[in-house]
Amino acid sequence: MAIHNAHAPGFAHQFEDMEQQREAGSLGMWIFLLTEMMFFGGLFATYIVYRALYLPSFEIGSHLLEVKFGALNTTVLIASSLTMALAIHSAQIGKRSAQVGFLITTMILGAAFLAIKFTFEWRHDYVEHLVPGFGFLIRPEWGAPGAHVPMFFCFYFFMTGLHALHMIIGIGILTVLTVMAHRGKFTPQYYSPLEVSGLYWHFVDIVWIFLFPLLYLIGGRYAGGGH
Amino acid sequence: MSTATLDVHELPAGSRVNYLNAQYGIKSWLLTTDHKRIALLYLGSITLMFFVGGFFAVLMRLHLIEPQGALVQPETYNKLFTMHGVIMVFFFLVPSIPATLGNFLVPMMIGARDLAFPKLNLLSWYIYVIGAIFTLYAVISGGVDTGWTFYTPYSSSFSHTSVIPTALGVFITGFSSILTGLNFVVTIHKMRAPGLTWFRLPLFIWAIYATSIIFILGTPVIAITLFLLFLERVLHIGIFDPAIGGDPILFQHLFWFYSHPAVYIMILPGMGVMSELITCFSRKRIFGYSFVAFSSLAIAIISFLVWGHHMFVTGQSIYAGLVFSVLSFLVAIPSAVKVFNWTATLHKGSISYDAPMLYALGFIGLFTMGGLTGLFLASLATDVHLNGTYFIVAHFHYIMVGGAVMAYLGGIHFWWPKITGRLYPDGWARFAALVIFVGFNLTFFPQFMLGYLGMPRRYAVYPSEFQVLNVMSSAGASILGIGYLIPLIYLTWSMRYGPTAGPNPWGAKGLEWTTPSPPPTENFEEIPVVTEEAYDYAHSTVTRG
Amino acid sequence: MMGLLQFGSVFFSSAIQAPQLRPEAASSIAEGVDHLYFALTFITLFFTIAIFSTIFFFMVKYRRRTDDETPGETEENLPLELAWTIIPALICAGLFLWASSLYFENSRPPSASTEIFVIGKQWMWHIQHPEGVREINELHVPLGVPVQLTMTSEDVIHDFYIPAFRVKKDVIPGRYSTLWFQATKVGTYHLFCAQYCGADHAEMLGWVYVMSPADYEAWLSSGSPNQTMVQIGEKTFNKLGCSSCHVSDGTGRGPSLAGAYGKEEELKTGEKRLVDEAFIRQAIITPNSVVLKNYPPIMPTFRGQVNEEQVLQLIAYVKSLGSEERNSNGK
Repeated sequence: MAIHNAHAPGFAHQFEDMEQQREAGSLGMWIFLLTEMMFFGGLFATYIVYRALYLPSFEIGSHLLEVKFGALNTTVLIASSLTMALAIHSAQIGKRSAQVGFLITTMILGAAFLAIKFTFEWRHDYVEHLVPGFGFLIRPEWGAPGAHVPMFFCFYFFMTGLHALHMIIGIGILTVLTVMAHRGKFTPQYYSPLEVSGLYWHFVDIVWIFLFPLLYLIGGRYAGGGH
Repeated sequence: MSTATLDVHELPAGSRVNYLNAQYGIKSWLLTTDHKRIALLYLGSITLMFFVGGFFAVLMRLHLIEPQGALVQPETYNKLFTMHGVIMVFFFLVPSIPATLGNFLVPMMIGARDLAFPKLNLLSWYIYVIGAIFTLYAVISGGVDTGWTFYTPYSSSFSHTSVIPTALGVFITGFSSILTGLNFVVTIHKMRAPGLTWFRLPLFIWAIYATSIIFILGTPVIAITLFLLFLERVLHIGIFDPAIGGDPILFQHLFWFYSHPAVYIMILPGMGVMSELITCFSRKRIFGYSFVAFSSLAIAIISFLVWGHHMFVTGQSIYAGLVFSVLSFLVAIPSAVKVFNWTATLHKGSISYDAPMLYALGFIGLFTMGGLTGLFLASLATDVHLNGTYFIVAHFHYIMVGGAVMAYLGGIHFWWPKITGRLYPDGWARFAALVIFVGFNLTFFPQFMLGYLGMPRRYAVYPSEFQVLNVMSSAGASILGIGYLIPLIYLTWSMRYGPTAGPNPWGAKGLEWTTPSPPPTENFEEIPVVTEEAYDYAHSTVTRG
Repeated sequence: MMGLLQFGSVFFSSAIQAPQLRPEAASSIAEGVDHLYFALTFITLFFTIAIFSTIFFFMVKYRRRTDDETPGETEENLPLELAWTIIPALICAGLFLWASSLYFENSRPPSASTEIFVIGKQWMWHIQHPEGVREINELHVPLGVPVQLTMTSEDVIHDFYIPAFRVKKDVIPGRYSTLWFQATKVGTYHLFCAQYCGADHAEMLGWVYVMSPADYEAWLSSGSPNQTMVQIGEKTFNKLGCSSCHVSDGTGRGPSLAGAYGKEEELKTGEKRLVDEAFIRQAIITPNSVVLKNYPPIMPTFRGQVNEEQVLQLIAYVKSLGSEERNSNGK
């Protein structure tokens, strides 16, 4: 038994050694992400059913979203996944200030995502009376499909809101990690909290990669009506 | 309240430091990360919920002795059956064995010091409690009357009762299951003692592992479903209400996608307990170890494919019905395999009639009957007649109560000496087991007949020709209720006055029995190295001690 | 204990009317369903008793006699494992095939059934005969003739259950469900709602009266003369202004409905739909979801202006419109 592990930084005593702890942490995060997939999956399935049933209404709703913000946010998130990976890499090669720098950049990018979403998109939708339950106005020019446009926005806010909640939690985790990194807690021998949180962050990114086309890119707004 | 640590020299002579007395004070319990203490926290909360749900059942059966209802108004009756169902399913049956016996035993059975994530384990308990508080709040703030199945559009647009707090309570508690399942899977994969290969594991561990798969994959879907119901009730968007364009049957698909596998969450751990009890009390290896182990996995996987059998009369296409029907027959086969293997284990054994064994033997017979009555419901032609009647009620109570609850009680009795360090009076225990067995059958067998005769379920009043069978059922229920109170009394009594137990009062195999009773906080002085197969009774004498 | 005393007194006082074990079998499919039920009962009791007795036998034969006896060893036995996996699988396969073929037969109504319409609402059943007679919580049907029920709900999900006929179907708001039966015995039978629907779910009861065909005809024409569903439907059609657009010679803004029922039509979206009851209902309630090709989407919705009963009457009227060639406008 590796006695020195008993005093390794961050060693938890229910484990036999650091290797077991690292593997357990990694497996635990993968399983957690699997539950998250089922969670979002149920929601996506319901969305897909109603999109098929009410395609005209969902097209109207989708066209009211601004693709430029969605695309910008997609870029921001992908960049943040890159900086997260670089933070982990910095830990692997033992560079402390690079770790902290990349972690902070990831947080800033995450915050930028949220800022773009909340101020440019959600606030705008609120002002334009497009939030179900908060004075939603069905425009007459939408015609008959207008009746189901609120349902599109209900899904839009629920899905992006759930995603944003996961981002906020992620930023919280990153804050803790940044403090730990700053204090030199992560070494080439021990950086599993970074790795495991990186997995979470990448997952949140991937959920957005699905959300963006499903919500923003319905129905040939560029192809000129192909269906 | 402070967390006092015990000075060994201050202990009364003869006692020893164990997980129960290593620290005193309420903080040491509420902030514990010891899986054994967390198991006891769950035991207390689950027992409370069981008796709350059971109380509602007693009121229901008393009400039903008269065709026009003997006790309450129909609106109240509708709340009683709903709350009985919600509490029993989500707050008792789903957590019961995994959260109490699973939490206590999984690390011990695999030779580990704790679960992989002890703090997450404590968080799971708090989440359970918060969910329970929401639901109990719903109970006292007027109750909820949608049925535990929350079918729309009644629950989303018509009911005037506390649907939202109830749905939120169940939603929250679901996360407790998810985290517990995650904890178990990681622990079983990564923390087994040296030499403990997968096929040397106790079958209880295989059962918990299979259950955890369902926790992980199924529970998130009910969470989303209940959240959508919550949104629908608040915002009236039209997700499930056809009057505004929604699909009420979509709710049923989403609901049953979890709730069918959930019933296997409720029975698989009990099957795991069976394997432990049968082997110990016949002092023999299990017959067909790998068959029993793989059956647990097969049940968990197939359970995700059969949800449509709850919806045969909703107008689903005949072809969908055929698919769900054949898969529902398929899922019965691994269960049958297990029953045969347990029975064969008894052959040429050395059988003793201790209370846990009586529960086990009762389980096998009652589960067989409950499972076979499932075939009536998997059969499309008969399901049409029986769906929505008391036949269904009888079927699932045979499995949940005749099966899962009896397994739970058997397991509690079996591991009680290990958990508490005390023995309970076996005479009373055997008597209670018998009372429960008789009361149970008298309560639920007449309900099969009522269902076939056509009495629908969830009826606060009924035509008078059904009265005799209803009265029989209610008589049984009063016996069953008394039967459940008896263990509550003597088990509580034993915690203070029972004789102290040695490390292995049953002469059982298994790593948990190699530790003192109660075990020390760290479980093992030294992590054991495993060289034997599971249940290796033949090759070493194990004496009771 | 109170229950036990109650049980005792009720049992003895009604000893001559001991609870029956089998519901009446009064439809053409009831016997078949019962045969399957009895087979399942036999299998259940057989295996339950077999398992219980084997257990009991082993418990006694192999009971522990001394504390240090060594139990026997039984080796694993693959043939036995396979046997008790394959035999139950074969039994299950047999049951599945039997039950499914029975279900298949029982689900397809024979053509030329008498059609009756059912609307469930909290907490009563409205029955509407095409000849015009309406009933509440009662259903009169002729003996020996297939009857098809077309059903919908005004509010929540209900379920139409006639135990004596062994038929049951959910009655769902927003859509039509059907069930069929052929009564084989004159008599009076329970009708239950079998899907929990709120406060008075248990009071949503009714009676089914099976009468000889002659008696049924007499009953239909007794009482004050009723307008048939088609006649009421026609009145509603004109009153609501449908006839102003749906002119029968095709010169109106909307398509002529003559011969429309049963045809396949192409929608504006390119999708092809059959014009059946569900389609017509959709056209009345959410017209913009079924706009025909070459027609403008200008039909207003009548949601809130017609109840489910009136929708069924309108459908009956549309179905009755002859199959004269439709004017070419709109093709």
